[in-house]
Amino acid sequence: MEKKKDEKELLTIGSGDLYQPYSWSVGHYGSKFLHELKDHKKLLGIRCPKCNKVYVPPRKVCGKCYVAMDEFVELSDEGEIYACTIIQFGFVDPGTGIQRPVPYGYAFIKLDGADTCLSHFVDSTDPEKFKVGARVKAVFEEKRKGSIVDIKHFTLI
Amino acid sequence: MERAGIVGVGQTVYERRKEDTFAELVFEASTKALADAGVGIEAIDNIITVSNDFWDGRTISSMAIQDAAGSWDRDISTVEGDGIFGALYGMMRTLSGSFDTTLVVAHVKGSEGNMNMITNSMFDPIYQRHLGPDATSTAALQARVYMEKTGATEKDFAKVSVKNHGNGVKNPFAQIKKKITIKDVMESRKIADPLKLYDCSPISDGAAAIILSTEKGLKRFKKDPVWILGVGHCSDSYNLGYRDLAWPRALDAAAQKAYKMAGIKNPLKDLDVVELYDAYSYMELLWYEGLGLAPRGKGAELIRSGATGMKGELPVNPSGGVLSAHPVLVAGLARLIEATLQVRGEAGTRQIKGAKKALAHGINGPCGQAHGVFVIGA
Ligand SMILES: [Zn+2]
Repeated sequence: MEKKKDEKELLTIGSGDLYQPYSWSVGHYGSKFLHELKDHKKLLGIRCPKCNKVYVPPRKVCGKCYVAMDEFVELSDEGEIYACTIIQFGFVDPGTGIQRPVPYGYAFIKLDGADTCLSHFVDSTDPEKFKVGARVKAVFEEKRKGSIVDIKHFTLI
Repeated sequence: MERAGIVGVGQTVYERRKEDTFAELVFEASTKALADAGVGIEAIDNIITVSNDFWDGRTISSMAIQDAAGSWDRDISTVEGDGIFGALYGMMRTLSGSFDTTLVVAHVKGSEGNMNMITNSMFDPIYQRHLGPDATSTAALQARVYMEKTGATEKDFAKVSVKNHGNGVKNPFAQIKKKITIKDVMESRKIADPLKLYDCSPISDGAAAIILSTEKGLKRFKKDPVWILGVGHCSDSYNLGYRDLAWPRALDAAAQKAYKMAGIKNPLKDLDVVELYDAYSYMELLWYEGLGLAPRGKGAELIRSGATGMKGELPVNPSGGVLSAHPVLVAGLARLIEATLQVRGEAGTRQIKGAKKALAHGINGPCGQAHGVFVIGA
């Protein structure tokens, strides 16, 4: 709309601090994965019976073959960086409301034994060392609650 | 076979903080498209709206702007995704035999929410969202993989930014009109390496609309149509960890489908202009490859050659592209509108001389999960 000369200040309405709470089922496969992570610091993948691809985290369907998967495989807690970036802007964890300090490392990691990548933090912001192809190992939280952040971050090895 | 053509286009100027409401933006774009087509709303048989609830901060965002889109007593349906997919759905409805004419209108106000939080919400809430991925941080990962696999450099990305921002100067609808240099890009603020501020598109508000017609519906309109000669769409895995981030196989599939339909054998030669979705500078190089304009892994060579500049063999993004204005959801439709203006010879000082065949491209989902390709011509 054209602003008229005698018009007062344009107003906005805030959405307030309310949020929409959800309770997402992680499914049977996801629960198994997160229990293993919590109880034994183990990472589980799942193998496609048709193409043999190992997915992590485990999921029901191989998208390519469109068949159900049910063969769980234990993966290493070590792997290789497939993609990485050093993030210079903060984000508020939607789960905790806590702002993450910057800069921080974020990467896609191909765990040994898996064919897909897992995304996670890496505790390095050194562009000389934090590179594609670098080897990393998972560092677990002392107190784990059955969440992907039971892995505190990955560290360069 | 029945054909569908574009008979009207309209868009708002794209800006960071528009004062008009969603409905007012939709009304502006829709009435501009109607005026361009030389008709009133009575010429429209059905309507497609394009919107997203998270960006609008409400559910049923499509229902809230229906009257402003001209839905009174009309069939209306909706697309949640980029506007290029709205155009695709609009084309299908136009050709379905149920309607002769379709209005497609998309809107967004990126400035009213928090881009990082909204795009974080597109990721899996169980395994990914806590780790903070958003449109920009995942784009940085993709840019890195692309560099590793192809040898493209940050300077190559900067060349895209310089070209497109330079083109944007001549587009009255663009948000950022700025002549910049490689040095400006390279020295701009670090966002998430290898991406810097000028590698990233801005946060934008705006709306865009097109009107489609069958041959039978044409007698209602004044202008000659720009025909849809070919279309293709395809989607890759949702989970980025499953994808080869350096090869847009979904775009390759979509483009080949569209080329086959349009009879395009060598896109670099057969097309006169391309408008593609460069949300981040590096994407343009990746999409060159997916569109078959450059061999696989050689996107950087094409920008270095100057072939995609305004005076090159195949100008890409004469509008300034998404880097010059990024109204999410609207941007793919804006590409199609620019392609239409170019084919009509109505693109003002940014007109590519003698443009007859144009390609418009849109994406949806993280790092270009889904791609839509239109080839249009007079
Ligand atoms: Zn499989």
